[in-house]
Amino acid sequence: MRRLRFPRGGIDAPNRKRQTRRASLWNAAIPRTSIVPLVQHAGEPAVACVAQGDRVREGMIVGRASGECSANVHAPIPGIVREIRRIDLPGGTICSAVVVDMDGEFDLLGKRATPQEWHSFDRETILGLIAEHGVVDMDGSRLPTPLGCAMPKHRPCETLILNGCESEPYLSGDHRTMVEHASSVLTGLEIVARLVRPAKVVIAVESYKQDAVSALHAAVRSSRLGYQVVRLRVRYPQGDERQLVRTITGREIPSGGRASDVGCMTLGVTTARAVHEAVVYGMPLIERVVTVAGGAMAAAANVKARIGTPIGDVIEECGGFNGTPMKVVVGGPMTGHTVIDLDTPITKGTRGVLALTAAEVRRAPTTACIQCGRCVTACPVDLNPTRLYKLITHGDLPQAVCEGLLDCTECGACGYICPSRIPLVRRMRRARIRLDGGSGE
Amino acid sequence: MGVPVSDTPLGMMACDPPQYHDRSSTARIMWAVTLCLVPAAGWGVYLYGSRALLVLAAAVGSAVVCEAAAARLASRATLRDGSAVLCGLLVGMSLSPAVPLFIPVVASAFAILVVKWSFGGLGGNWMNPALAGRVFVAFSWPGFMATWVTPRTLAGVDGLAAATPLGVVQSAGPDRLAAPLTLLREAGYPVSAIDGSVTSWLNVHVLGPIGVNLPSGYVDLFVGNVAGSIGEASALLLLLGTIVLFARRIITWHIPAAFFIGFAVCTSAFGGLETEQGLFAGDVLFSVLTGGFVLATFYMATDPVTSPLTGAGMLIYGAGAGILTFVLRAYGQFPESVALAIILMNTVVPVIDRFCTPRRSGRRKTRHAS
Ligand code: SF4
Ligand code: SF4
Repeated sequence: MRRLRFPRGGIDAPNRKRQTRRASLWNAAIPRTSIVPLVQHAGEPAVACVAQGDRVREGMIVGRASGECSANVHAPIPGIVREIRRIDLPGGTICSAVVVDMDGEFDLLGKRATPQEWHSFDRETILGLIAEHGVVDMDGSRLPTPLGCAMPKHRPCETLILNGCESEPYLSGDHRTMVEHASSVLTGLEIVARLVRPAKVVIAVESYKQDAVSALHAAVRSSRLGYQVVRLRVRYPQGDERQLVRTITGREIPSGGRASDVGCMTLGVTTARAVHEAVVYGMPLIERVVTVAGGAMAAAANVKARIGTPIGDVIEECGGFNGTPMKVVVGGPMTGHTVIDLDTPITKGTRGVLALTAAEVRRAPTTACIQCGRCVTACPVDLNPTRLYKLITHGDLPQAVCEGLLDCTECGACGYICPSRIPLVRRMRRARIRLDGGSGE
Repeated sequence: MGVPVSDTPLGMMACDPPQYHDRSSTARIMWAVTLCLVPAAGWGVYLYGSRALLVLAAAVGSAVVCEAAAARLASRATLRDGSAVLCGLLVGMSLSPAVPLFIPVVASAFAILVVKWSFGGLGGNWMNPALAGRVFVAFSWPGFMATWVTPRTLAGVDGLAAATPLGVVQSAGPDRLAAPLTLLREAGYPVSAIDGSVTSWLNVHVLGPIGVNLPSGYVDLFVGNVAGSIGEASALLLLLGTIVLFARRIITWHIPAAFFIGFAVCTSAFGGLETEQGLFAGDVLFSVLTGGFVLATFYMATDPVTSPLTGAGMLIYGAGAGILTFVLRAYGQFPESVALAIILMNTVVPVIDRFCTPRRSGRRKTRHAS
């Protein structure tokens, strides 16, 4: 089979998945205390609908969506609300979080509901279930899924793409989900396909994930859905929406636009599974797959952890640290953020928890830009990161915007490749925060 | 098993993404290039004796001292990035082993202090420091630059070996009437025994069957059995060094290839005109094996700081430098034609960079900043 790739830019970063790609999923322990942030999605914060001292049941809504772009947040464990407090999330989000101490009966755990015959549901019912159960894009944008499924009236969806690339190094959660829950992922995809009515559905997987490709092939064949499975060349950031759409359809998402502008929609693997759980089993989104890995971890694992579990608990359960990590990262190594607090909770968007050693990080002193051009070659959206960096440094934000600052997807490729270790991504990120009216630095 | 999580010291670093990096770093790049130059420099020392070592040491030492002083003034520590040592080494290698020792000292000092640090140190300069230093001393003390040392390997052979091949050809004047190698032989330029045997072996076993005959003399030029600058003699060792540069992706093919093609096409097409041999009679092989061409194309023109950012830009830059080198060699009076050509192209790099940015994804066409 031909292996596709996006035409320009990108990097061949070592993907370091040897440990994680064969690690089967297992359930992490239920945390005694769960910290549930009210912002786990892009958009408006959910509004707390419980108060201190309230008793909550497993899967009960504790934060209600407010406004157009928002999502419900559920209690991952039954118990008592200890407090609602301010929390700093990795990446700089500051929001309130509901802290629940475990107490009482589990309503959902181990009690599988009878599957619903979702084929008989109409569009509104399905969208309602997805929204009710708080499903968001768990693989990147964190956009609430009902919004992600909204296609513009004048532009019907032509291609729905299941994003099974998982091109970030270390992470294998999607990979294991595809191997072990292929039919669930496929049903989720089918449900979304029902909503957006695409002309064709493509399942895109990076080529080395042969086992995932076969599992999906088998599932597609037995379900007679006629979806196409394609294998893609391994290259970061193949899993970014822009590169994926470009690779599969040859179309470029216009600057500042969305995939729907070129008649496409992408759906993440974890999200597809969450859609399936929500629509068919009525399961709220209170659990997700997290890859735990890195040279400073005693063992690598892919676990299903409850939302709100402190990362320290998960790390401990996987055997703890093996030496002193240079940094602990939440998310993938290209786009994730370091944390200094091991009580940081796992959220809907937490794809991984990594403990990296100095040898893995490969730090080097920051020197002056040597104009080598590697960042320009690496940028998948054809920006000139070193020039943008200089423009921002000199305070010329309008010119930086004119040269494409807002097109930056913050994929991290330029920062990865820069031999002078210039904090390119940080500078661009902060400049954009400043432009959005935030405080920036 | 691991250390208990709660006991692990954390919090040393809060970093923005990306959280890990490519293996290379500025220092690794600079030191790698330096190491790749060492075999060629060593060969120069072997050929021309300890005097060559002194010149190299003076150039590197001066560069290091100047860099340390300038960095001190700027309250920075930049010696470890290796760029000063590399610059000093390049200056030394492009000089004759016979120059008085103040020449390498001045050349390196000029390179580091004037060319590099007056623009803010590494990354700020728009002209290749090593080349600029070399050209500066060549213009300031032209007399010292034209004395050479007979290579050890030719010591026993009769003839005028204490001159560079390119020098001999250029001194034959504008009305020279023969191909370069013929001129050399007429001037009594020696050929080593090695050249003789390798050339005849090649002619019998490799080139003969495909109907080509290699005149003697080229092998000496390629291996570096000639008088010349310390590091420019052996194209062979310089090319071996570039294998590492390519393998580690420190340089890309764009600049050397465009440089070579630009130069070779011009030379072969017009190089024969002066000697009245007509079009397409130029001696490309001779031209690229002399005058420090290999050192300049692979190690100096590729300096990241003073070359364009993108592949397309590099092709333009390389081709421009190649064509200019030919023009300067054919019609100029200086032996430093390659150096001058690269410096001239350095000055237009900002313009090239402006027009050679890729078309941005998701846009119809690039919008240039005014
Ligand atoms: S982070 Fe932005 S500028 Fe850097 S490579 Fe990615 S898209 Fe390009
Ligand atoms: S990769 Fe780093 S050193 Fe190279 S041009 Fe870009 S910013 Fe400068």
